[in-house]
Formats: sequence, C-alpha cells, structure tokens
Amino acid sequence: MNRISGNKTVGVIDYSSKDHYRTKVFPSPFYSRQEPLNHLKEWGRWADYLSPRAYTSADMEYFACRNACAVFDLTPMTKYRISGADALAYLNRLVTRDVEKIKPGRVGYTVWCADDGRVVDDGTIFHLRENRYRLCSQERHLDWLLTNAMGFDVAVEDETHEVAALALQGPTSCAVLKKMGLGDIESMKPFDIRFFDLENTGLMISRTGFTGDLGYELWIEPQYAELLWDRLFEAGRLYGIQPMGDEALAMLRVEAGFIQANHEFLNANATVRSSHTRSPFELGLGWLVHFDKPNFNGRKALLEEKQRGHRYNLVKLDINGNKPATDSYVFTTGKKFAGTVTSATWSPSAKASIALATLKAPHGRPGEEFLVEIYYQKELKWSRVMARARVVEGVFFDPPRRRQTPPADF
Amino acid sequence: MQKYDAIVIGAGHNGLTNGAFLAKAGLNVLLLEKNDYIGGASTSRELHKNWIYSNASYVSSLLRPEVYRSMNLAKYGLQVVPYGGNATLSRDGDYIGSYVDPDASRREMARLSPRDADAKLRFDRDIMRQSRFIRKFLLRTAPDPTSFRPRDLVEMFTMGKEMLKMGEDVIYDMMRLYTMSISDYLDEYFEHPLIKASKAGSGIIGSAMGVMSPGTAYVLLHHAMGDVDGNMGAWGFARGGTGAIASAMADCFLDHGGTLRKEAGVEQILVRNGKVTGVALQNGDEYQADIVVSDMTLPRTFLECMDEKDLDPEFIRKVRNFKIRGSSGKVNIALDGLPEFTALEDNPELIKGDLHVVDSVERLERAYDDWKNGTWSKDPYLDILIPTLTDPTMAPPGKHFMSVFVQYVPPKVNGKDWTSDLRDQFAETVFNQIEAYAPGFRDLILHAEVRTPFELENDIGLTEGNIFHGELTIDQLLFNRPIPGYAQYRGPAKGLYMCGSSNHPGGGIMAAPGANAAREILRDIRKPNTVPEGWMDD
Repeated sequence: MNRISGNKTVGVIDYSSKDHYRTKVFPSPFYSRQEPLNHLKEWGRWADYLSPRAYTSADMEYFACRNACAVFDLTPMTKYRISGADALAYLNRLVTRDVEKIKPGRVGYTVWCADDGRVVDDGTIFHLRENRYRLCSQERHLDWLLTNAMGFDVAVEDETHEVAALALQGPTSCAVLKKMGLGDIESMKPFDIRFFDLENTGLMISRTGFTGDLGYELWIEPQYAELLWDRLFEAGRLYGIQPMGDEALAMLRVEAGFIQANHEFLNANATVRSSHTRSPFELGLGWLVHFDKPNFNGRKALLEEKQRGHRYNLVKLDINGNKPATDSYVFTTGKKFAGTVTSATWSPSAKASIALATLKAPHGRPGEEFLVEIYYQKELKWSRVMARARVVEGVFFDPPRRRQTPPADF
Repeated sequence: MQKYDAIVIGAGHNGLTNGAFLAKAGLNVLLLEKNDYIGGASTSRELHKNWIYSNASYVSSLLRPEVYRSMNLAKYGLQVVPYGGNATLSRDGDYIGSYVDPDASRREMARLSPRDADAKLRFDRDIMRQSRFIRKFLLRTAPDPTSFRPRDLVEMFTMGKEMLKMGEDVIYDMMRLYTMSISDYLDEYFEHPLIKASKAGSGIIGSAMGVMSPGTAYVLLHHAMGDVDGNMGAWGFARGGTGAIASAMADCFLDHGGTLRKEAGVEQILVRNGKVTGVALQNGDEYQADIVVSDMTLPRTFLECMDEKDLDPEFIRKVRNFKIRGSSGKVNIALDGLPEFTALEDNPELIKGDLHVVDSVERLERAYDDWKNGTWSKDPYLDILIPTLTDPTMAPPGKHFMSVFVQYVPPKVNGKDWTSDLRDQFAETVFNQIEAYAPGFRDLILHAEVRTPFELENDIGLTEGNIFHGELTIDQLLFNRPIPGYAQYRGPAKGLYMCGSSNHPGGGIMAAPGANAAREILRDIRKPNTVPEGWMDD
C-alpha cells in the first residue's frame, strides 16, 4: 500500500507532495492491523482514509459492541486544535452552547451555526487544558473557523492527520482498559478526559462514543497507533474484543439516537438550496442553545425562531413490523404528507424497526402516530407496506452501564 | 424561383437545431451555408492529412441535454465524452491541478492553502446556486418585463418563484455575481494567488474584458452552468471533434426532410411592406419564404444582410452599438508526439484536461492591457487541450492534436487589419509561450492552423471574432439580449427571426437559442410545438 510519508510523523498525509494524486485514498495509521482482520476486503472511503465497511459481518460486529466490546477506527474524523488566550471566548462565539461550562478535562457535545442560525455542523469540544481545545466534527471547516477567529487571540489548526484515534465501545470496554494497566480508569465519568503514560506514548482517553453504550475513545500520535492497537487487542483477548466497521456503527448510532451530518442535516455553508438547511431547534438540539451566554453565531436568528416557531421536528419513530424504513415517506394517519425518514435500521437490541425522521412542524409530538411507506423485496418481488409508527421520547436502547461509574466488568 | 416555408441562414449548431425543429414540425425548410462545410464554430476539418481538428469550439458542456435527446443526436452518431480535470501552470514550475476525484482535488488545493480547500465548498455552493437557477431559463424565452401579456407575466412570475425556491439571499448573490469582476468575486472566497488565477480564466474566456472588469464574474458562471451527464461544471469532448455535433444535427435535419445548400452565402434578406419575402444569394440566386431565420450574429444579420432603409434608425443604432468585441484567437496544431510539460512531468491525469499558463490574477490583467493597447497579449492566457489523449479518432496513434485557445487577441492590430505577417508573429508568441512550459514542443509541430479574429470573422462569420456572438454582460443578457425589445427571437420585420447566440441565453454550443427560436416561430404560425420543454429539474 502506497503511503505518502509525512514530514512530521508516520501516518501524516503530506499535502506538500504533488504526488498525493497517485493515492486517492490513504491507509489509516492502523491499516497494518486492520488489513489482515478485514476478511471481507470491503473498504469504504471516509474523507482521506480507507475505512472498513465491515471486517467479517456487520451484525456480528454490532453484537460485539452490545455484548462485549468493539474497536472502531475514527482517525478520519476532522479534528481542529484551538489554542490561545482567547480560545474559550472564541469557541463561545462559534458554538451555541456555553463552553465555559466545559471545564478542563471534560468533553461537551455541541452544534454550531452560520449567521442565519442554520447548522454548520455538530461535534465535540475537548477541553484538554487551560486555553487548549480540540474540536471534532464530521465535515471540514477551516475556512469558517478562521473567518470566526477574526478579532480573537487564537490559533486554529487542522490536526486531523496528527492524531490517530480508536473508539472502544461496549460493556467490557472498561475491563479491557483496566487489563491494559491504565490505572483508575474506572473512576472516569462520562465525558471525562484523562492522560496516560502507556509506554511514553502520551495516550489520551475520553469516556465518549457514538454508540450510546459504555465506551471510550483513545487518542494517540500516529507513530504509536500500531502499538495502541496491539496493546488493546492483547488486553481484550479474553473480553471478546472485535474490530468494527462503518455498517455496524450506523446501526448503533441510530439506536442511540445520534444525528449525523449528511443524513439528518447538511453543512449550511455548503448547501445550495438554503431552505434545505436546519436550525438546532429543528434537529431537537434546542437544549444546546444557551441564550444567556455572550453573543454567538446565529443568536439573533435563533432567538427570533424560538419566538416564531420552527419548520421541522426531528423525531424518533418506533415502526410496526420488521422492515427497515430506509428513505421512507412519512404520512399522517389521514395519509397526508408529514415528512421523510433520514436514518433507519432494524434494532437488534430493541427488537424494533426504528428510524430518525424529519417531520413538518407541528407534527412530531411524543406519542403521535404516523404511517411510514416502506418498500421491501421478497425474492425479487417488491411489496409496499404502510406501517404504523409512533413518535417515541428517549433513545431506543439506553443501557444503565452507559452512565454507570465505576462501570461493571461486563 | 423556389418557395420554402422557412429559410434558415447559417448552418452553425443553432441554425441546424432551428432548422431541424421546424422540419420536424412539417415545414419545408431550406438551410443556407456560405462555406463548403457546415458547423460554423462547431466544425472539424482535416487540414493536415490524418488529423481532424476542432477548428473553433473545442469542448462541450452547455449543449442542452433536452435538445440532444429530442434531436436524437446519439442515433446520428454523437457521443460526448467527459475529460478529466485541469491544471494551471505557474512560471516557477508549480501548478494547481483539479482532478476528477473530489478528494484528490481538495488535497491539491490544500497543498497550496488548506483554508482555500475548505472555502471551495462555499464557492461551489454559491456558483451551483446560481447555475441551478439560470439553467431553468435556458430553454425558455426571456419574458419582456414591460409587457402585460399573460405569457410574459407568467414567465416573470415563474422566474420570481424559482428565485425564492433557492432562498431569499440568492437575490443578493445574483446582483453581485452579475455585476462584479471575477477578481473581486474570487477574493470573497480564496487567498492563494495561484488558486485564484486558476479560476479567473473562466471569467474572461471569449470576453473583451479583464479579470478586474465588472461583469466578468458572470462569464465564469456561463462556463460553470453546463454539465456532462448531470455532472455540473464538467466538460467533455465530442468524439471525432466538435464538428461531430454539427454533423449529427445536420443528419437529423436532413432526416426530417430539410434541404441544405452549402456555398450559398446570403447577400440580402428581402423585405417588402414590412414583411420578409425571401433571400438573395451572393451568386444571384433568390429563394422565397415567409419565414427567414438568421443564425448569423446580430450585426451581420442587420448591417450586412439587410437594407438599412428597411429598418428603424433607433434599432440600427442599437445594433451598431451591440458589444461584440473580438478578444481571442485559436491555434490548432498537429503534433508528432506528446509534448512534455515540465511542471506535470509524467502526471498522466492532469495532462488530459485543460492546461492554463498563468500565476496570478494580475498577470491576466496585464494580458488584457495589451488588448486595450491594440495588440495581442505578449504573455497570453492559453487554454490548451490535447483531445487525442481521450479521443482515438482524431490523429494517428502516438500523434496528437493540440487545441490552443488564446486570449487576448484584438480584431484589429493598432487599428489596422491583420496581415499574414502579423498572424505569423502572433503564432510565434503562442508557440513560445507553450515552449516555455513544455521545452521541445516546437520540434513536434507538423502543421498549425492559426486563427486570429480576422479569420474567425471571415471564415465562420463571428463578427470581430467574438466567440459568443456578443459579450455576455448583464446589459446584453436575458430580456436585453441581443437588444431591448427584441429578446424573443423576432426581428423587426414580420417573418424575420433570429436564432443565433446573439440571442438569449447566449454563446457556447448550447443549442438553446436555435431551439427557443423554433418554438416561437411554430407558435406564431400555429403549428404544433416540436421543441422540448426544459426538464426544470435542477
């Protein structure tokens, strides 16, 4: 595999080389370990990197995560280093939530908007130490972040390729990290960040994830990526550890009720039809909009929208039957158009057909019933069902171990 | 003297399109072409044995897919093949490439400016927004905003509705895009000089304006609003050269019973009592028809082929003042082998697309200064393509055809007509410019066709050599194209119509003016419409 050697550390994609075009998609720093385990040889593309769609079977990987623990490579996620005396003030102006409440050593989920209050992206803010943050997101935003930096004493740098990362998710994940010798890991609360020596690698661990389960994310310099993978799998051998690809994660995140860019919303800075963008309220993220903090992007527009009301509601649907409602239309019980499904899956844990859907306001009240138009095939014969569906509150699968501190061993 | 239902003057792609749709409607159509070959600017000729050139127009993106399909051009042998990417080469040996793969393109921009690589999302959004809007009006007749006829009101309303669909702020953007210079427009998005230079060229191609002239931002949009198979902004080659478009169209026309006469230059469009009666040819022949359609440029139609006494003075003044300034030349070269561009070394991808030689917006503006001073640019902007890297039909294996579009080239040199000596000097400038980036290039030249605006006007009738049949500036667009009051393809005499690129929606091989004019003609004579509706699906 052709890897363009970095000018700093192994695994860095070197943009200064004109030859980058010879490799349209790059191996992740974990590639040497992923490749022999990827029995299906099915690689997807996630931004710059090869990303396994599934290693052996998406369903088995899903159950590894809900039953033991699974490892997902999240290196391709966009990561920005934000530092400087005004880092906090800068982030507080960028995002809708009050960043002051995210103390050093803590992580906060947030959303950020354009001037007109439309969502640019969602992501997580890692408060690494005083005046030093990491912002993680699905899409790329350097132009927007630098535009926002005007007037602030802050440095914004893309560190996507300088940080390798693995998610370790599932009920035995804490036990695996303990076995790795990471002392006192069990005292980490959800959204905590800790640093570990681990053979002088400077491993950072956060108790975060995209599965709605007990889990951690492990962050390390790319040169130590293989070492981290090896230590993790050695320690996890007796705890059912498995690598996991994109397909299993897609099921897990819908069960957890997490939204995703390009599914539930689009980057407002890249959306051609401006009416197709969404506000935080329209994504059910009103709880992340803190009007009682200093001025922030979209504040005026969002205040108006809060008074005027919004156009859409993002809801979770519990759908009768066992057919996933992929790309379905949603109708009222009177068969009037109400919205569309944005993400859908069969939930192996909830044993239900579940979906995230965008409905025209005021539709979407908890308990409200709809009909979901599902097309499905049986041995090449297509059928259509208008399945009854109900708006549910809370997530589809929410094990107590997700928040439990200290976590149990399984 | 033979009488036809309609006579179309000029077998350019719009004349062919117009004639085909009229013939499809059952009209007995005579199509007159002054040359012994058809196509006008969409022509492919063998001027050097075994080499097929795209003598004028050389790439395709704007051709309306609705027309393509409705005229069955695939059946008549047309195939448009997309080509990959482009590269802008700078003097210091660097370049900025654009690859077919979007991630590779993004990384290529990030190589020069990580910020610009992300800003491109915003740039693409804004260009796409305007493209998606304007595309809906390419196969529609522009409404007359002063008219209260129900049809014009409906069209105005449609335009307003489509605009609002894109979001209210599209109106702000539109006013800016149509009036700004490409240089100012790019400053809104990008910081790196080479990245800006690579995009600025699209703002001046075919226009007698500089990158800093107001109005050039729209010219970029005109180049971005096309597509190949739905890939917006992509360009392709007509397999067999651009002439393949005209020959497929001609086959369609003939298949529907049309009559084509070559070497039949028109001397005059005949008018009696405010009505057209036919045409008189330069060879003395006359043909009668109640409908005469001109695919010629606006000035050529009215100032060269009509008696000014038949026209109103105010109309003549507007035609005389129509901006149709020549600004470009074309050099077609048969090459004995593939030239090696130093910057691209053995890059097999970028060399297949457009190659430009420029480092900065300022350098482009300097090239324009030469044009203002009455001469061709001594450091010209070039759009170089080697179609034979994609199309196996145009030259023997291992040999190549290079198409070089040159900007800026004035219609007259220091106020005097071009001479063959001046043309040779101009060719030297172009060859030396390429040689500077591809040493050894000159040794590969087997034959070259050098076309200044003089040749473009005299060979294929492009007034002053303007490739768009008139500048694409807001004062000459939509209901003001070509001139106010005449934007609906009808000329000042009854039965006289205009179907060339001087009309909405302008130049490029779009076939929209030809199709739109056919629709208007069939409407006037109450014949069933054969012209496809726009898909309106953007």
